[in-house]
Amino acid sequence: MTSAPDAAAPPAIELRGITKRFPGVVANRDVHLSVARGEVHALVGENGAGKSTLMKTLYGMHVPEEGTISVDGEVVTLRSPGDAIGHGIGMVHQHFMLADNFTVLENVVLGSEPHRGPRLDVAESRRRILEISDRYGLGLRPDAVVEDLSVADRQRVEIAKVLFRGARVLILDEPTAVLVPQEVDALFANLAELRREGLSVVFVSHKLDEVRAVADRITVLRRGTTVGTVDADEVTSRQLAELMVGSELPVAERAASTVTDEVALAVHGLAVERGGRRVLDDVSFEVHRGEVVGFAGVEGNGQSELVEALLGVLAPTAGTVELGGEDITRTSTLRRRGAGMAFVPEDRHRQALLLEAPLWENRLLGHQGSAPAGGRFLVHPRAAREQTARIMAEWDVRAPGVEVRAGALSGGNQQKLVIGREMEAQPKVLVAAHPTRGVDVGAQSSIWGRLRDARAEGLATVLVSADLDELIGLSDVLHVMLRGRLVATLDPRDVTPEVLGTYMTGAATGDAGTTTEEDRR
Amino acid sequence: MTAVRRLGAALAPPAVAVLIALAITALLLTVLGVDALTALRALVDFGGSAQGQANQLRTLLTGAVPLFLAGVAVSVAFRMNLFNIGVEGQYRVAAVCAAYVGGELALPMPLHVLVIVLVAMLAGAAYAAVPAVLKVTRGVNEVITTIMLNSIAVGLAAYLVAGPFRDSTAGEGGNPTTRPLGESARLPGFQDSFLLLGLQPPTRPVTGFIVVAVVVGVVVALLVSRTRFGFELRASGANPTAAVASGIPAKAMVLRAMLLSGALAGLVGLPELLSEDYSYGTSFTSGLGFTGIAVALLGRNSVPGIAVAALLFSFLDRAGPSLETQGIPPSVSTIIQGTVVLTVVVVNEVAARLLARREDRRVRGRTEPAAVPAAAAQQGEGRA
Repeated sequence: MTSAPDAAAPPAIELRGITKRFPGVVANRDVHLSVARGEVHALVGENGAGKSTLMKTLYGMHVPEEGTISVDGEVVTLRSPGDAIGHGIGMVHQHFMLADNFTVLENVVLGSEPHRGPRLDVAESRRRILEISDRYGLGLRPDAVVEDLSVADRQRVEIAKVLFRGARVLILDEPTAVLVPQEVDALFANLAELRREGLSVVFVSHKLDEVRAVADRITVLRRGTTVGTVDADEVTSRQLAELMVGSELPVAERAASTVTDEVALAVHGLAVERGGRRVLDDVSFEVHRGEVVGFAGVEGNGQSELVEALLGVLAPTAGTVELGGEDITRTSTLRRRGAGMAFVPEDRHRQALLLEAPLWENRLLGHQGSAPAGGRFLVHPRAAREQTARIMAEWDVRAPGVEVRAGALSGGNQQKLVIGREMEAQPKVLVAAHPTRGVDVGAQSSIWGRLRDARAEGLATVLVSADLDELIGLSDVLHVMLRGRLVATLDPRDVTPEVLGTYMTGAATGDAGTTTEEDRR
Repeated sequence: MTAVRRLGAALAPPAVAVLIALAITALLLTVLGVDALTALRALVDFGGSAQGQANQLRTLLTGAVPLFLAGVAVSVAFRMNLFNIGVEGQYRVAAVCAAYVGGELALPMPLHVLVIVLVAMLAGAAYAAVPAVLKVTRGVNEVITTIMLNSIAVGLAAYLVAGPFRDSTAGEGGNPTTRPLGESARLPGFQDSFLLLGLQPPTRPVTGFIVVAVVVGVVVALLVSRTRFGFELRASGANPTAAVASGIPAKAMVLRAMLLSGALAGLVGLPELLSEDYSYGTSFTSGLGFTGIAVALLGRNSVPGIAVAALLFSFLDRAGPSLETQGIPPSVSTIIQGTVVLTVVVVNEVAARLLARREDRRVRGRTEPAAVPAAAAQQGEGRA
C-alpha cells in the first residue's frame, strides 16, 4: 500500500483507445485515461460529451468494442459491475442506491454480508465499518437509519459501501450536484483522506471550479473523445471551459444599450398572497422595448411568484400589470400569450414540456391557439412538424427528428426547444426564468447571444436568474428581490457579484451606488 | 421511424399480450381438467351452416357496438387522466330517459331517432356533470364520486321506470317498462346487405346503430388528434401544470372532458333501445360501462384500438354458448377477457419502457449536429 503517487508504479487504471458505439453513433472514440494510485482524477465535459458512457465502461456496465482497460498494469475485461468490483473498482452513483428503511450497517453490507453460518455477523460488520469510517474520516453511525440521514451522510454511506467491498478505485459521478457548499468541503476532505491512503478517485463533474479545487489532474472529454489531460494547478476555469467546448468562450458581456423610451410592460404595486402571507409585496417596475430587466435574489424571495403573476397563473391580490399600455391584470394566460407575451418558466419539466409527447406537440404547447400550427378550433400537425424542424435547425436542438419524445432530449436541448418555441412567436415581452439553468456551456452562450439579438430588435425582457454573471451580463437594470419586495435597483455596469450578494442577503439596502455597505463587511 | 415500423410498434404489444393471455388460459383450463384445444376450437367455431355463421357474425358485431361506445366514452376522460368509472351509471340514466322521451313522443322517422339520441347524450352528460362539478369546485376525486353515482343510477333508473316513466298504458302485472318506442323510432338494421358480401342474411338484423358508432369513432379520433380541444385535452392529461402555464384552463377542461365522456356514455344503451328492446325495463343489459373500461385499456385509448378490443370482447362473449355445448364452462371466455386485459396492461408498460429506453439511447447518442455524426453519449442531465 503506497501512500503517495508513484511515477514508477503502473497506473491504477489505464484506458487505451476505448471506443464504444451505440446503434448509429459513436459514444466514445479513442479515449485515453490514466489514473495513478493516490490520485484524484477529474473527468470533465459538456453534457453529452461521453462522460457517463466512459464511466459505465469502466464500471463494467458495458463492454467497449475497441481498446483495453488495465488495472495495475494488467489488462482486464470487465463484463459486469461484479467484475469491476472484483478488480477493486467501485462506483458512487449520482442518485443514491440505498434502502431508506435500513440502517447504515445493513446498507453497507448489503450484497456482501459477512456471515457466520446463515446469520449476518453483526459484530464483524460493525467492526469493519467503523474501521473504514475511522480510517477515511467518514464519521459513520452504523445504527442510524438511512432515511434520517442528510444527503451528505447518505453519500458517505455510499462511499463506505464501495470501500467495504474492497474498492481501490472509486468513481464518483457528479458527487457535488446534490450537496450544499459546506458539504462539498466535507466531501473534499474525505477524498483527501482516500488519496492519502493510496486510493484513486475518478471524479466526474462539470463544475470547473470544484474540479480544480479537488483534482490532481483533469481529463477533458469533448464529443466523445479525450482532448487532453492537464494538471489542476496549472489551468484556469476558463481554459478548461474552452477545452470543453473547443472554442473561445463568449462571456455574458454587455452589448451597447438598445433601451428605448417606449414602455412595453409596466407593473404597479403588484402583490400576491399565498397561505395568508404576502409572498410578493408592492412590486413596481417598467420594462422598455429593447431592455432587459434583471431580477436577482436568493431563491424563494418572490421571484417564482412574480413570474407566475406575470404569466397569469397566480392571481394578484393588489396592483396592476400593463402590457403596451393595456391593463392585463385580470386576463387569462392565453390572452397574455396572444397579446405578445412569451414565457420561459423556471422548471421546464413541470411547466413547459410534455415529456411523453413528441417534439412537435411540444411546439404547439402554449401556441395551440395561434396560426399556422394552431387555431381557433383546429390544430395542424403538419405545420407544427415543419415549425418544429425549423426551430430545431435554427436553435441547434440536437435530436433525430420531430417525432422524438421531449423527455428523451438532454436538458440543454430541451431548453433550446422551449426558448426557440417562445421566440418563434416574435413576442413583445419575454418573461424568462433561469433561461440557462442546467444547460451546458455551449448552449448557454448561444442562448445568451439569441437573447441579446432579440433585445436589439426591440424585445422587452424580464429576466429572473440565480446566475449572477448572467444577470449582470445581460441586464440593463437590476432589481434585487428580498422577501417579496424590490429592495434595491442597481446598475449592472458597476456592480459585481459580490456586491449583488450583499443586497440579496439583506446585508445592504438602497439604490445604485451605495457600495459603501460592502466596505463595512 | 417509418410508418410501417411505427404501426408494428403499435400492434406488436397487444398481439403479444393476447397470445400470452391465451397461453395462461390454456394452462388454467388444463389445470381445471378441460382440454384446452377443444376449448380453443369451440372459441373460434362459428358453426357449420351458413345461416349459423351469419348469425354468429351478427352477434359479434351487435355485441361490439355498445362496448366500442363505452370504451370510447371512457377513453376520452382517460386522455386527460380522468377516471370516469361512471360510464355504467351514465348510460343507464341516459337509456331510461331516452326510452321515456322516445316512447311518449311521436315524430317522423329520422327526427324521432335524432331526438332520442340527443336526449340520451344530454342525460349522460348531465349525470356526468355531477362528479365534474364536484371535482372542479370541491376537488372531490372523480373515481369515488362516479363509483358511488353508479349505485345511485341503478336505483334511480329502477325508480323512474317503476314510477314516473312507467308505461301507463300497460296493465298492472308484469315487469315495469317504459312505453315501447313507436315504429318511427325503430332503427332499421343490416340484414339483406349480408348478401352483398356473399353471406347468408342472419335471422335478425345487425343493429343500424353500428353506423352511428363508426361516425362517433371517426369524429372522436379527429377531435382528439386534430382539434385544439383534443390537443388541450391531451396536454392537460400529460402535464397539468404545463397545460395551465400554456393557457389551458384546467377546470374548464375537466368539465368539458367529463361532459363529453358522459354524452358518449349516453349512447351506450341506444343500440339495445333502438334495435332490440324498444323500451327500458328491468332486464336492460347492465355492466357495459365496466366492460368499457377494460375495452379502453385494451385499446390503449386509441379509437382503432378500442374498435379491435370491442370486437375481441364481443367475440369472446359470443363464444359462451358454443363452449357450453362442448361441456366447457362459458365463464372461460370471461377468464380470457380478464387475462387479456391484465396481460395487455403489463405488456404495454414493458413495451413502453423498452421503446422509451431505445429512443433515449438513439437521441442521447446523437447530441452532435448532423455534420458531425460520430460522438457523444447519454449524459443524464435533464431527466426528472
